[in-house]
Amino acid sequence: MSTQLPEDDVLKVASLSRLKLSETEVNALGKQMGSVLKYIAMLDELDTESIEPMAHAIEISNVFREDQLQESLPRDKALSNAPQTDGNYFLVPAIL
Amino acid sequence: MDYTVIIGLEVHVQLQTNTKLFCGCSTKFNPDHPNTQTCPVCLGLPGALPVLNREAFHLGMKTGMAINCEIPSFTKWDRKQYYYPDLPKAYQISQFDLPMSQNGWLEIEIDPETRQKKKVGIIRAHLEEDAGKNSHDESGRGQDSKVDLNRCGTPLIEIVSEPDLRSAQEARTYLEELKLLLTYIDVSDCNMQEGSLRCDANVNLHVHKENGETIPTPIVEIKNLNSFRGVEQAIEYEVQRQWNEWQETGLSLKDVPKETRGWDADRGVTLEQRGKEDAADYRYFPDPDLAPVTVTNAERERVFKELCERPAERRARLEERYQLSVYDAAVIIDQGVDFADYFEAVAESSENGKQAANWITQDVLRELKEREMEIAEFPIKPDVLAAILQKVKANEITNNSARTVFQELLNNSKDVPRIEQIQQIIEEKGLGIVSDTGELDAIIQAVVDKNAKAVADFQSGKQAAVGALIGQVMRDIKGADPKMVRQLLIEKMS
Amino acid sequence: MSTMSMTASKLLAKMSSGEISSEEITSACLNEISRRDASINAFLSVQQEAALEKAREVDQKRKAGKPLGKLAGIPIALKDNICTEGVNTTCASKMLEHFVPPYDAHIVERLKAADAVLIGKTNQDEFAMGSSTENSAFKTTTNPWNNTCAAGGSSGGSAAAVAAGFAPLALGSDTGGSIRQPASFCGVVGLKPTYGRVSRYGLIAFASSLDQIGPFARDVTDAALIMETIAGKDHRDTTSLDAAVPEFTSKLEQPLENLKVGYVEHLQEEGLHEEVKEATLRALDVYKSLGAELVPIELPHAKYCVATYYIIAPSEASSNLARYDGVHYGYRAKDFENMIDMYAASRGEAFGDEVKRRIMLGTYALSSGYYDAYYLKALKVRRLIRNDFEQAFQSVDIIASPVTPTPAFTIGELVDDPLAMYLADIFTTSANLSGIPGISIPAGFSQNNLPIGLQLLAPPLEEERLLRAARMFERETEWHLKHPK
Ligand SMILES: [Zn+2]
Repeated sequence: MSTQLPEDDVLKVASLSRLKLSETEVNALGKQMGSVLKYIAMLDELDTESIEPMAHAIEISNVFREDQLQESLPRDKALSNAPQTDGNYFLVPAIL
Repeated sequence: MDYTVIIGLEVHVQLQTNTKLFCGCSTKFNPDHPNTQTCPVCLGLPGALPVLNREAFHLGMKTGMAINCEIPSFTKWDRKQYYYPDLPKAYQISQFDLPMSQNGWLEIEIDPETRQKKKVGIIRAHLEEDAGKNSHDESGRGQDSKVDLNRCGTPLIEIVSEPDLRSAQEARTYLEELKLLLTYIDVSDCNMQEGSLRCDANVNLHVHKENGETIPTPIVEIKNLNSFRGVEQAIEYEVQRQWNEWQETGLSLKDVPKETRGWDADRGVTLEQRGKEDAADYRYFPDPDLAPVTVTNAERERVFKELCERPAERRARLEERYQLSVYDAAVIIDQGVDFADYFEAVAESSENGKQAANWITQDVLRELKEREMEIAEFPIKPDVLAAILQKVKANEITNNSARTVFQELLNNSKDVPRIEQIQQIIEEKGLGIVSDTGELDAIIQAVVDKNAKAVADFQSGKQAAVGALIGQVMRDIKGADPKMVRQLLIEKMS
Repeated sequence: MSTMSMTASKLLAKMSSGEISSEEITSACLNEISRRDASINAFLSVQQEAALEKAREVDQKRKAGKPLGKLAGIPIALKDNICTEGVNTTCASKMLEHFVPPYDAHIVERLKAADAVLIGKTNQDEFAMGSSTENSAFKTTTNPWNNTCAAGGSSGGSAAAVAAGFAPLALGSDTGGSIRQPASFCGVVGLKPTYGRVSRYGLIAFASSLDQIGPFARDVTDAALIMETIAGKDHRDTTSLDAAVPEFTSKLEQPLENLKVGYVEHLQEEGLHEEVKEATLRALDVYKSLGAELVPIELPHAKYCVATYYIIAPSEASSNLARYDGVHYGYRAKDFENMIDMYAASRGEAFGDEVKRRIMLGTYALSSGYYDAYYLKALKVRRLIRNDFEQAFQSVDIIASPVTPTPAFTIGELVDDPLAMYLADIFTTSANLSGIPGISIPAGFSQNNLPIGLQLLAPPLEEERLLRAARMFERETEWHLKHPK
């Protein structure tokens, strides 16, 4: 059985990830992801039916901040790293 | 062949907090100063982290309880992932499988004639952050789109109803009742122009065939509904469109995936929205940057106690306690909580609910509209209005004179009108009901003497003749009680 | 002993006695960097002017008798995924090549308040994904002990900077071993604190539930010293822990009594380098000679750590890195057809292979139809792994193990075999998955004169125990006193 991830799957994931990939990359990723996924399949041998998932390394709860205003950034700083602005707004190519 | 309309609403409401859901930036509506209410957190800058606003969670709980939801003891935050320029992190922090409130209902009146009511089920209400705002080049020349992130991160509660609504009118009523409720409990201003309340509608038809079969048509989600009228019109349009389409194609829910259409208010049509690619796969997963929230019974009780009487309950109580008509009670409640409080204050201290309702739904409301004023700003406070009404009740002035006093206080007071001014005005204008029947008797005699023709008309059975005479008497003696004048006149002439 | 090999504690003592000034120390560091970093490539940028200015300011304050911070005048290097206001922070990615944060990370604020001298930003694997800095978009850091070998990663630049004598202290981040592994490769001390012990605010996220900032130092005392400055609750990081921070240096010289050292007898025998194994056994002997009890323990799910890690970390990364879309900051492609194409082209052009690989893996694991089989499954196994440690720490105080299966590998050796590279994380990922603190300390050298580290692990928030145990070992050995030529 080939461990390669089918090209269709690679392309679908690339589209979800918003990654434009070359043909070479698609090919290599198919192989590499396939071998990693095969390795990862070792988890299947564990019965985890009754185990609670653990999303945090240290499990804490109820952390809040009070509803108090903090200073915002001046606009020029907010826009300072943007690839394209008109001084007031972030600019992007016309949205479909 | 006929059909049933099936509608469910998803309503997004901005919660009234000072700051955003996960950062300390202001939530003020400020489209004229784009990108001035942002920080590393709501800009989604690398390295910045969210921290939950306590007040937003509190208002969320209050909302959930107001729509009769259960508040589970454990809730968490999930990332909903999609790409759009108004969403700088490319994920929205929301709640997926464990929302903060669920399984509630809202009761609406579906028939004003029969007063028939209906409970609309609420599947869930969860907290999430708002996106920023994109503005597109409308000229069609394909100019760049602009992104303002001031709104990005504002707390929203999304309220998802069951598909229990059966007409555009019902959908509108539900939305109006929801808005009234949320402004009543003071969790949102629900300002639709500013986008504090936005609505998406899921609409389809259940077509009943002659053979008894029922077939659901494909579900359409209508986006971009930002007025009550819009909701009603868009659904009406969509129902007709789906019916036509069904007759043409016969396609059912099973054949077509859910479609998203946008409401174009100018043209009065819904238009297919170009499908956002991969829109279906949001890849929700628990946000590792945020901690879950647990809620105890004691906290639930504390928040529940904060909930004021809700509109439906208060409407019923006003009808009962003050003997109001359904109509008057509804008018008072629909004006909002401050107005209802005003009414009750007047009704209680004047000890006459019906009279208070008449005055408040007519005179006060008319003045507010003319002056474009909120009840809180209205110069005549409840105690003053109650004092005026008490004088009517005690037969000290007539209802008409009371209006004169009311107008005088409203128009000619330098400061906030005081109770003491009432008596002054009554005296200055001679509005007091004349209890000295001697003086009144003399004036009536004089009027009868002067109007022989009218007296003759009356005596020959023309009741209407009395009216003209009453007017003459009243002109000569202000503050006379017209009922008493009428009675004395009739006695004199009979 | 030259200035360049002194510890921060020693330098602080010399500054307070007036033997040396911060300006002299800082200049010496800057000189070494300009003389030798062209071959080591530890730094992506050096803040020469700002560093000297801060050093002079500290010297003046000292002269004027004004109060000084705990790290007054000590040069410190920062990994380039830690945001510094007004100073380029690239994550070693073309995506952020020109990114200048408008804010300081929480720990940068703390270091500034402690009067530290921030000397430069260090090289790393792009977005901290990797074990060798070969995934940096700009340069590969070489091992100061042998320039054909990797310095390790992802915090390779910080480890190499401390080992090479460019700075007495550096900070890195550890998501699956990214502090401990390069510390081991470069022969320095590297500490990954308890998850939540040090604020992540301003650390550019790789995998949020695993990332933790920690120090590189020339000895255990220095690691304890800088922890006193950087550890503690920060209200801007929800996951930062509200726990008291002990004065780590105060009890450091007191050995732990009745210490029970746990070890796994047959963990990952295959693939474990003979010399690494020997060094670990020798280290256990050192503890035994100090009166500690050696206790064999079981970590039944240890062999699942790498698989679990390579689901959770990429999943979180795929989400954390979604924000780099060419709209609000970062690289934007020149040629594209429309909005969606702009996203894909910008990301396709500006991310390197390893970053793309992990985004793809993570997106796959979270996508509809696979979530339960991969992501959810991994979260459940994660709990089993954490439970193993809870169980083990019932009977032992610390756990000792190798850091890596081998000493530093040759640059280019593993670059085409991602899985082999991932498998080398076998000893380190467990601490991140379970949130516990871990330290790597120098524990020997291979025949090729490459350093070998020893890893110690402790229960959550027990950094003090960890540091004291590490210091016990350090006092008995001289590995940490060796320096590359
Ligand atoms: Zn903000």
